Amino acid sequence: MNILVCVSRVPDTATKVKVADDGKSIATQNVKFILNPYDEFAVEEGLRLREQHGGSVTVLTVGGQESTDILRTALAMGADKAALIQLVNPDSYQVAVNIAQYARNHSFDLILFGRQSIDFDSFQVPPMVAQLLDLPCLTIVSQWSVTNGTVKAERDIEGGKEEFETALPLVASVQKGINEPRYPKLPDIIKAKSKPIETIEPVAVEPQLEILSMEIPQTERRHVILGDSDEDLEKLIQLLREEAKVI
Amino acid sequence: MKIAAFLPKLGDKLHKTAYEAITAAHQVQALIGGDVVGLAIDVDQQQLERTAHYGLTRLIVAEHPLLANTYSPSAFAKVLHQLASSQGIDILILPNITYGKELGPRVAVTFEAGYIADVIGIESQNGELIFRKPVYAGKAIIAAQLKTAKKVFTIRPNIFTAKAAETAASLNIETFTPELSEADFREKRLSITRSTGKLDVAEADIVVSGGRGLKAPENFKLIEELAEVLGAAVGASRAVVDAGWRPHSEQVGQTGKTISPNLYIAVGISGAVQHLAGMSSSKVIVAINKDKDAPIFQVADYGIVGDALDVLPRLTAKLKEVLHKS
Ligand SMILES: Cc1cc2nc3c(=O)[nH]c(=O)nc-3n(C[C@H](O)[C@H](O)[C@H](O)COP(=O)(O)OP(=O)(O)OC[C@H]3O[C@@H](n4cnc5c(N)ncnc54)[C@H](O)[C@@H]3O)c2cc1C
Ligand SMILES: Nc1ncnc2c1ncn2[C@@H]1O[C@H](COP(=O)(O)O)[C@@H](O)[C@H]1O
Repeated sequence: MNILVCVSRVPDTATKVKVADDGKSIATQNVKFILNPYDEFAVEEGLRLREQHGGSVTVLTVGGQESTDILRTALAMGADKAALIQLVNPDSYQVAVNIAQYARNHSFDLILFGRQSIDFDSFQVPPMVAQLLDLPCLTIVSQWSVTNGTVKAERDIEGGKEEFETALPLVASVQKGINEPRYPKLPDIIKAKSKPIETIEPVAVEPQLEILSMEIPQTERRHVILGDSDEDLEKLIQLLREEAKVI
Repeated sequence: MKIAAFLPKLGDKLHKTAYEAITAAHQVQALIGGDVVGLAIDVDQQQLERTAHYGLTRLIVAEHPLLANTYSPSAFAKVLHQLASSQGIDILILPNITYGKELGPRVAVTFEAGYIADVIGIESQNGELIFRKPVYAGKAIIAAQLKTAKKVFTIRPNIFTAKAAETAASLNIETFTPELSEADFREKRLSITRSTGKLDVAEADIVVSGGRGLKAPENFKLIEELAEVLGAAVGASRAVVDAGWRPHSEQVGQTGKTISPNLYIAVGISGAVQHLAGMSSSKVIVAINKDKDAPIFQVADYGIVGDALDVLPRLTAKLKEVLHKS
């Protein structure tokens, strides 16, 4: 089974976000960048399927030169090949078009994604890639079986669960619960440093999204902090009913 | 400008975010003018008529034997594309729930429209729409434009809310028959199970969440009791989900669900950034924590500094008294 896993490079979740001087992106000084946490599940799932069915796992990212670090993380986990489509700060549409083009030039049975990239939380690239390639697509899969080209998958939706059946070739995005990603071992991390990474010229495509400005939200909270006496609890109830009017 | 709101259904009812999509469509109309139409797939007449109370005057519903009581991303994307094309739609709005998240990008591709997800505010400048969208787990908000002529976007649930009006608008419902074959259903839905009896955190107006400060799984009984009095859903921090105390479906946060209920009560939850990512856009936040310096208090409207195991039973009893009296 030939598997493509698409990964993105994102600020660590604990990052304190500051707006850069341009007023429309984040200041990246002192920010640690990581492999998108959901993409770890995708890489792990690719590796497990390869272990069961044979074949190979290619990891791909669309980004600047610095994105090689997340490809190395995936190589250390056990991916066979890595490719970087070099395009600085692409928007999601440019990412999708480039991934689709790469997939057309190769032949994959399965294209795996994380359910969302935790920078812009768009959930957008996987369905776009599926549509561009005219392939079936399952998103936010939390459990599945892949046997003889048939896929049975489960996912949570608002207020319930759905089960689907479909067939390879397939585009799928995965969610926590599908597996426990392995930690790369030190020797593998060292070995990954010298593995080749293919660099690919991007397809020329205009971005769709133009960011005009970025700001840190100033949510006005009331900050009324009370104690735990009976009077305080009664006060809280009164505030919720009369001031906030939510109960 | 032709503006369309996609009206998703869950089970046999329109999902509550369908009405929010209508509200967002009217907002766009107020900003740049044009006509608003609702688009639905396999929804029964009675359900559709309710949209008249949200001011909708025109609605197109796709009906086809193959569409009855099912869902398939490929087939639904195809039908929605046909619906939108038949109406010459310029702007398509979908709720940012699972169906909207996967249909929006697909239709944007076939429709050659730009796409932006999870919008919380819409403005306009020189006739161009400007979208506000949280990024980096809500730690920042961007204002952005789509440079394409046609636009597709999804709206965050519980932001574009509106009350149903007493009087209904005069609503014209038309039926549309899509071109569709068995082969378009590339993903076949085998089953849908609605979580019965239990409210989902992503659905509820009030959510009561518990964290490691509850000390033991059995103490979640206290959370459930408070939730019951308030008609609330039970949520959880990742710490207690990872510990196996609560199911993953209850997890609120970056790796769980992103919610914006009217009232969020965090009990024994420290307020880690990844937790805040899932709930910081709640309308009103209450924190109960024994540590007065817990970060959760920094985002709280109201806080109780105290031991959850002692506070919860007393708070629940008092609420019962007050709420049942009125
Ligand atoms: C990539 C990544 C993703 C993550 N995603 C999520 C996510 O989606 N959701 C999430 O919640 N977390 C997430 N986390 C984990 C997050 O960082 C925290 O570890 C987690 O939220 C802590 O849970 P907690 O507040 O229940 O526990 P703790 O941090 O241990 O806090 C317990 C709190 O309870 C208080 N307390 C103790 N005893 C009592 C008592 N008797 N009465 C009242 N209060 C008491 C304490 O003062 C403390 O504030 C993620 C982390 C990472 C790295
Ligand atoms: N720049 C990128 N390069 C490769 N894959 C990406 C990129 N951005 C997003 N993805 C993939 O698409 C998924 C969903 O991302 P998004 O649509 O941005 O929320 C991620 O989990 C990745 O698997």
